[in-house]
Amino acid sequence: MKYSVKPLFSSTIGKKLLMAISGLFLCTFLVVHLIGNLQLFKNDGGFAFNVYSKFMTTNPLIKTVAYVNYALILLHVFTSLALTIKNKKARPVSYGYNNAKANSIWSSRNMGILGTIILVFIVVHMQNFWYEMKFGEVPMMSYFEYISPEGKTLSTQNLEEVAPSSYGTVRQVIVKDLYKEVTTEFSEEALLVLLYVIAQIAIGFHLWHGFASAFQTVGINHKRYSPIIKTLGYGFSIIVPALFAIMPLYFFFIK
Amino acid sequence: MKFTLKIWRQKNTNTAGKFVDYQISDVNSDMSFLEMMDVLNDELVRKGEEPVVFDHDCREGICGMCSMYINGRAHGPKRATTTCQLYMRNFSDGETITIEPWRASSFPVLRDLSVDRSSFDNIIQAGGFISVNTGQAQDANSTPVNKEDADLSMDAAACIGCGACVAACKNASAMLFVSAKVSQFALLPQGQSERSERVLAMVNTMEEEGFGSCTNTGACEAECPKEISISNIARLNRDFLAASIMK
Ligand code: HEM
Ligand code: FES
Repeated sequence: MKYSVKPLFSSTIGKKLLMAISGLFLCTFLVVHLIGNLQLFKNDGGFAFNVYSKFMTTNPLIKTVAYVNYALILLHVFTSLALTIKNKKARPVSYGYNNAKANSIWSSRNMGILGTIILVFIVVHMQNFWYEMKFGEVPMMSYFEYISPEGKTLSTQNLEEVAPSSYGTVRQVIVKDLYKEVTTEFSEEALLVLLYVIAQIAIGFHLWHGFASAFQTVGINHKRYSPIIKTLGYGFSIIVPALFAIMPLYFFFIK
Repeated sequence: MKFTLKIWRQKNTNTAGKFVDYQISDVNSDMSFLEMMDVLNDELVRKGEEPVVFDHDCREGICGMCSMYINGRAHGPKRATTTCQLYMRNFSDGETITIEPWRASSFPVLRDLSVDRSSFDNIIQAGGFISVNTGQAQDANSTPVNKEDADLSMDAAACIGCGACVAACKNASAMLFVSAKVSQFALLPQGQSERSERVLAMVNTMEEEGFGSCTNTGACEAECPKEISISNIARLNRDFLAASIMK
């Protein structure tokens, strides 16, 4: 048998492996991001959310993971581009009449379009909050931190609730008020809210197919477990984007 | 029964084709789709026109030759059916039926509905076999195979290499075909000694032949006349990954 070992990622199977691993990593990221963002709903004037944002933007481990995350988004996008180009070349003349809905679901056939919507969203989203947070003019706010004699942060406290501590010292921390930034943008910019909701719908459809698909790509297909993975994927692709979408809608319509 | 047939006519690989409409009447509902095509060709020949070229051989659903994309589906509207096993009763009287060749750069059109599937042959030649010394056949029971693996292997071996998976896939991917041909050996003891070489050789050839990648849409499985499962593709992915790392 004549065979040669080529670099794994030069093959379409290897490239799909990159898609699947980066895709699943992004799914995990979505969950972490969602849990953090749920602090927006706390009725504390943004205290919890701002403490969380400070942690996320300063903790070295989180910062590393964030850069890995950006890299994987780029990897996911460029790999999908390479695959799509190869796929288009594989069928230069399209069918005059193709009844694709008879054999596959819509989302599975439109991963590229859905991904492009998500990409546009990611760019706008980064410009909106990440760039503004890092380089833009953001209102400031402050809270108190209790520091133990060894220099460890014991707890954080809202300004109004500050009480004398029997141990350690109290330090006032001044941070960018991302809470205010987020909530004002969401309550004033209808188009932005619309884009956020559309993007979440796109993520929902992307994962309706993508979640279970990634497991198949890495070679997991099991009589008993695959149906569970599928159900999990359907649940994930509804619940996670829905919770994300509620945030801009909440600040636009209710708060 | 009466039909309007919208058929793809193409002189050869290098010329562009187009759809041509034909009317056909007095079709018996119990004719197979290929018999209906025979009747049409008979009429065309009588009128001095060129008959429609299409592939066929066994006409009993086992050879895989009868490639036709009918009304937007590989082998037409019926599940788990080749074109030769499709009957005109599956269509409604007066219907317009669109008939096209498999469309993939790896399956160039030879003429009309007939395509060149040598790319599949090349994949098989790369590794779709086991190397054994000829001579006295062994006692069949000397190599035990567990029932579940034997069944899965037989299911994979049901692939007739028709190319419906490629035709139906939005990426013209050959992954279902290759995965069936890899799996039938990967599941049996006889296939183990060349397991890694086989998967590398067959996947490399698949890539070189220009087939697209797998998006896991499942269209192949849904249109396969032998209902080959995409769980074979997961096995192919596993085997290819393992072989790429180990070799
Ligand atoms: C929140 C961000 C995203 C997540 C969680 C995500 C997740 C996934 C997952 C899990 C898959 C399935 C992988 C597989 O089938 O093995 C996938 C596939 C895909 N993604 Fe994404 N993705 C995201 C963003 C994007 C972006 C920005 C693009 C492109 C512009 C994109 C384009 C694609 C394409 C084209 C596929 C299908 C690849 C194929 O099967 O051929 N995705 N994605
Ligand atoms: S002609 Fe042999 S399968 Fe249809």
